[in-house]
Amino acid sequence: MASLRRARRSIANVAFTGFCWIATAVAIAALALILWSLLRQGVGGLNLAVFTQSTPAPGSPGGLLNAIVGSIILCVLAMVLAVLVGVLAGTWLAEYGRDTAYAQAVRFVNDILLSAPSVLVGLFVYYILVAHVIGHFSAIAGSVALALIAVPIITRTTEDVLKLQPTSLRESGVALGTPHWVAIRKILWKSAGSGILTGGLLAFARISGETAPLLFTSLNNQFFSVSLTQPMASLPIVIFQFALSAYDDWVRLAWAGALITAAAVLAANILARVVTREPRRS
Amino acid sequence: MTAAIDDPALSRRSPPKGAALDPVFRYACFAAATALLASLTGVVVALAIGGWPAFAKFGFGFFTSTEWNPVTEQFGALGPIVGTLVSAVLALILSLPIAFGVAVFLVEFCPTLLRRPIGVAVELLAGVPSIVYGMWGLFVFAPFFAMHVQLPLMSAVPEGSIWEKLTQGVPNGANIFTASVILAIMILPYMAAVLRELLMTVPQQLRESGYGMGSTSLEVVMSVSLPYVRRSAVGAVMLGLGRALGETMAVTFIIGNSHNLPKSLFDSGSTIASTIANEFNEATGAMHTSALIALGLVLFMITFVVLALARALLGSETRA
Repeated sequence: MASLRRARRSIANVAFTGFCWIATAVAIAALALILWSLLRQGVGGLNLAVFTQSTPAPGSPGGLLNAIVGSIILCVLAMVLAVLVGVLAGTWLAEYGRDTAYAQAVRFVNDILLSAPSVLVGLFVYYILVAHVIGHFSAIAGSVALALIAVPIITRTTEDVLKLQPTSLRESGVALGTPHWVAIRKILWKSAGSGILTGGLLAFARISGETAPLLFTSLNNQFFSVSLTQPMASLPIVIFQFALSAYDDWVRLAWAGALITAAAVLAANILARVVTREPRRS
Repeated sequence: MTAAIDDPALSRRSPPKGAALDPVFRYACFAAATALLASLTGVVVALAIGGWPAFAKFGFGFFTSTEWNPVTEQFGALGPIVGTLVSAVLALILSLPIAFGVAVFLVEFCPTLLRRPIGVAVELLAGVPSIVYGMWGLFVFAPFFAMHVQLPLMSAVPEGSIWEKLTQGVPNGANIFTASVILAIMILPYMAAVLRELLMTVPQQLRESGYGMGSTSLEVVMSVSLPYVRRSAVGAVMLGLGRALGETMAVTFIIGNSHNLPKSLFDSGSTIASTIANEFNEATGAMHTSALIALGLVLFMITFVVLALARALLGSETRA
């Protein structure tokens, strides 16, 4: 009887172990398959023209220059906004608000924003900026939408790394007689610098692949444009439009664009990991 | 005491440089934190105001009608709402066992040499843009699925059975089921990473005491580790669900985009997010726009409940 139970237990255990191995193999295989298709199709579409010419009409030669430049402008502008707001908000939560009810509320809201559907951020910015304040689609609206997605990530990481700083560091500032804000700037921010940088890189990785918030804000632009008040092309939107089109050369460009975007996102993620020796997640 | 204050040496001491800016900085930080609060409130208010005309015109019928017709300006959102819930839950059902297996594998069985590379790979993959998953779904997975799964299955199922009902549809691979599979693949690395992190918080002694009593790995995981992280694990699953509910691009590529109530697993459908992404810029009139914004508010409410629940379960210390 006892040996039967033991056999049953060990069989169940072997089955479970096997399941875990298989699950991991399946997961890795699925993800490897996706990356493999991306590489195969993307590299086939890559050539010099992709980086030197703007998006073409179907059937004529062209590249993704306007989309690449547009994506860079949109993301950089969004990051400037997001770092400004995110670092200050994170500092407030860690240094001023701490455990007050208001700080708890902000923390909760930040957590919700962190995982809120990005398409809704796009709708919100559309309703405020595109429909009412500015009156038309523009790069600024796109940047604001991206910034809204990046801010919660930066706020969270900033607060987390500031909280990790030892109290003695804060006291050293007080002992020197520095005003609180000078101590925060020159001591705490400096010692938490790599952590905050990680947050920024993770946020950058996140927004550079975002499509949905740009659909109704920066829209798209078939031509090369760096005007912030005009619609601007961006890689994700061009990929979306071209991938769903019926033209082979557009689809090829879409794959090339997807490869470029994925490479940029992965690079930012890896850089974030290198910056902090201890991996941190958003 | 008074002597000290009157001491001329003390009163001559100037305040530290920059002290005047202290409150300014403090208020700047406070304003930034408040901006976060304001933006979430702003999302709700903007969506409510923008969606109000649709809610006012269609009333409760907005949630119960399946007729979504921009031409006649009839908007009932039951199709997209059901599509959102079905695809997200299906994705979770498909993804959860695998994610759990990966997490347990990494914590319990993985050779030390592979632990870090696989762990890092899983986390990096959680960051791949959703549009890449969408393109893969559209160009690689959907054709494969239509040819090698959907067609054989449709011809194999017995006529008149429930299986026939479940598998009917146009065999082009663009349907609710394939969208769920893509969603499942998308949330898999994310959930695996969070679950792994949770399982690693189980104290070593606790697990070792389980093994010390002669438990098998299965028993340790099920009776020691899982109960220890139960609450947070449910929270992590809810976070995954929240992602699946709000995911836009990957789904838009592959769900087929029809507004009807999906009749089977292989029927084309739509989700709230995919409907908004597809139609918003081509909205034909004010009522169409308003109905789409109203849909956005519905999505916000659904995800808000799920995410708030997730956060409450995860607690503040497990920050995933």
